[in-house]
Amino acid sequence: MFGFIAARLVTAVFILLGIVVLNFILIHAAPGDPAAVMAGEAGAADEKFLADLRTQFGLDQPFTVQLWNYVSGVIQLDLGFSYRQQMPVAQLIWDRLPATLLLTSTAFVISIVIGVIAGVLAAQMQGTWWDTVISTVALLFYATPLFWVALMASLVFSVFLGWLPGFGYETIGANYTGLARVLDIGTHLILPASTLGLFFTAIYMRMTRASMLEVSRLDFVKTARAKGLRSSVIQRRHILRNALLPVITLAGLQAGQIVGGAVLTETVFAWPGIGRLMFEAINQRDYNVILGVFFISAAMVLLFNLITDLLYGVVDPRIRLTS
Amino acid sequence: MSLLSFENLSIALPTGADRPLAVENVSFTLDAGEILCIVGESGSGKSMSANALMGLLPEGVTPASGRILFEDRNLLDLSEREMMSLRGREISMIFQEPLSALNPLMRIGDQIVEVFETHGRLTPPERRKRALELMHEVGLPDPDATIRAYPFQLSGGQRQRVVIAMALALEPKVLVADEPTTALDVTTQAQILALIDTLRRERGMAVLFITHDFSVVADIADRVIVMQSGEVVEAGTADKVLLDPTHAYTRALLDAIPRLSFHDSVPHDDEAAPILRVQDLSMTFRTRTSGIFAKPRVVKAVQNASFQLQKGETIGIVGESGSGKSTLGRCLVRLLTPQNGTVEIGGKDIAKINGDALHQHRRRIQMIFQDPYSSLNPRARIGTILTEGLIAYGSDKKAARTRAQELLTLVGLDPSAMTRFPHEFSGGQRQRVGIARALALDPEVIIADEAVSALDVSIQAQVLDLLAELKERLDLSMIFITHDLRVAAQVCDRIIVMQRGEMVEFGPCAQVLGDPQTAYTRSLLDAIPGKAHERALAAQREATP
Repeated sequence: MFGFIAARLVTAVFILLGIVVLNFILIHAAPGDPAAVMAGEAGAADEKFLADLRTQFGLDQPFTVQLWNYVSGVIQLDLGFSYRQQMPVAQLIWDRLPATLLLTSTAFVISIVIGVIAGVLAAQMQGTWWDTVISTVALLFYATPLFWVALMASLVFSVFLGWLPGFGYETIGANYTGLARVLDIGTHLILPASTLGLFFTAIYMRMTRASMLEVSRLDFVKTARAKGLRSSVIQRRHILRNALLPVITLAGLQAGQIVGGAVLTETVFAWPGIGRLMFEAINQRDYNVILGVFFISAAMVLLFNLITDLLYGVVDPRIRLTS
Repeated sequence: MSLLSFENLSIALPTGADRPLAVENVSFTLDAGEILCIVGESGSGKSMSANALMGLLPEGVTPASGRILFEDRNLLDLSEREMMSLRGREISMIFQEPLSALNPLMRIGDQIVEVFETHGRLTPPERRKRALELMHEVGLPDPDATIRAYPFQLSGGQRQRVVIAMALALEPKVLVADEPTTALDVTTQAQILALIDTLRRERGMAVLFITHDFSVVADIADRVIVMQSGEVVEAGTADKVLLDPTHAYTRALLDAIPRLSFHDSVPHDDEAAPILRVQDLSMTFRTRTSGIFAKPRVVKAVQNASFQLQKGETIGIVGESGSGKSTLGRCLVRLLTPQNGTVEIGGKDIAKINGDALHQHRRRIQMIFQDPYSSLNPRARIGTILTEGLIAYGSDKKAARTRAQELLTLVGLDPSAMTRFPHEFSGGQRQRVGIARALALDPEVIIADEAVSALDVSIQAQVLDLLAELKERLDLSMIFITHDLRVAAQVCDRIIVMQRGEMVEFGPCAQVLGDPQTAYTRSLLDAIPGKAHERALAAQREATP
């Protein structure tokens, strides 16, 4: 097991470096000149000023030198400097990361718990009216654009009903501490986390339903029935556990996507996470911030994949004991 | 009063099925300590009868009329709750596929203990103790370790023993065994049959044994009923049905069993250049399980195999599962690349060539696969399946289609089959398509890997006849891989016996099977079911001039 984790971590480092280089090349191939954006905002766009800016931020150096500087910085965990925010990128991301992790992990748990429960119910009531209702509702959330659901949720629950705060991470100026602060953040979390979570629920619901139905046709389920087991025990002990294997694979892949979904949700709900940071950085051609956020989200995807593989070993003895 | 009796049971299939009733007016009785065999081919309704007894009919399939009386209670009238308490306690069942009959994520011990737990018997420590005793009783090796094992860590035969242990846990009065040995090797099959026989003698258990194999019937049945298309066509004591069948269908089934008798093979001229020469062929699998420092698992699937196949000859490769016979076949068609050795076809070594050179030679050696269901692309029409290879080798479409039609006629199918999909055909017909596909490229050598194993006996006999006829007509040279020595005896000129990747015996069929030189070959021959019946049959033939 230790060897397995070590091997995966070594591979992950190389994959990350590859991603860093690729992102750097792609960003620099895209149109737009950060010096021009900065100069424009400073209100002085003459050639001399532009040239000075470029020299100041190393943008006048050959591409390969810029690449080398950046990559060797990243290896030392220096993600560069944000021209716009006048702060080191690592610091910027570090400040915003907890908010994003809180949002995405809550959404992740919501989507899996609701998705799996709905999938199990739909499978048990296969072909009935309930099956159709569950599938339709889940697909509705999946098919509707995330930003629209977010806007509507904010409009209904915050503006019209006034039940929940519609933006931000906590009440500004309230200066809560302790439990009061936790509750404050919690109420702010409900709307963005549910919106993001419900979007992904449909996938887990469909996968769980299909997987449950497939497993319920397998021979060992018949063996269990022939032993005289109650239907509820068969569902839980024999079918669900086996049916969750593909759901775990999917969850590992989805964990990366949910960070992508967070960009939209954080923007709509003014959630101060790295998603919103990236949205602002793209608007401002803040290359280093964009690259930094890419780097962190790639690292998170790799981490989630490793966790998935380990989890697979915990759930499935065939993987655990042959390794 | 019998322990169990079926009285005019009919089972209805859902509308749209190929016939209205899966089982029609079936009546029989079963007494304590008796083994009753229900024999029939796929679709005869034998498994449906067993499922009805267990109350485990598939969705949409329902009992239409009749009664199933168990100790004077009609099981068809019981509620699901009452049936649940009966299942596993009074009536148990074992299934065909030991590989899939156990939950892959649960330990063996837990799966046995679950039976006691479900029926509220014993205390947890007692349950565990009883599970160990049961595992010992059914002959599982090292019960203390096995109780903690997962199904994938056991062999097929061991898993079937676990399933039997679960079925016996609460000492049921009736054991329903649905083809319990079909998926097992002959040696394992013999052990499981002996175990079932011992258990019913020691416990006075009644056994309803479902099988398609008359040889197995001959070895264990007290009484037999033969089913065809949902109806009982013949019933009686085992001796009566086996030696003096009255119904034509029973006779046809009995005649279709290949006998362990060998024809005198045509002596092959070893001086003539062989069509296929295999020299020191070895194939080792290394699986790197995980981790950079972990030791890879090494399986020597084939070790130093050497033999020559003459034109027009059939060599059989026999052995148990895991003996390396299929790996050897796959190396010969280069689905696998052997590590060592040569495979010369017509003087050209194809063991190590790749790319274009391999493409040039692939057509010279073709394969027929075991499973006619999964070996044909379900989304491709038969015409596409047959012409694909020809077109890949440069034939124009029109010529390829003409050739495909000829091939269909050759294997006994109508050329109109070209436009149909595989699912529209029966297993036997699909295997004919598989043979036509293998023949499409005019190969010099055909490798048939368990080509008739998945078929019912009567269909098996037809396909074997077809292969014999084609061999004669086209002067085919063939490698015939099988686990069934009787089939091998019927079609092969020479036989290779493989054990753990090694060729332990090789020689003319009559010599290898008639006068085996190794203990392994003898054990394979001893394990063949129904030999007593064959002797009885031979005696009967001698008696009647």
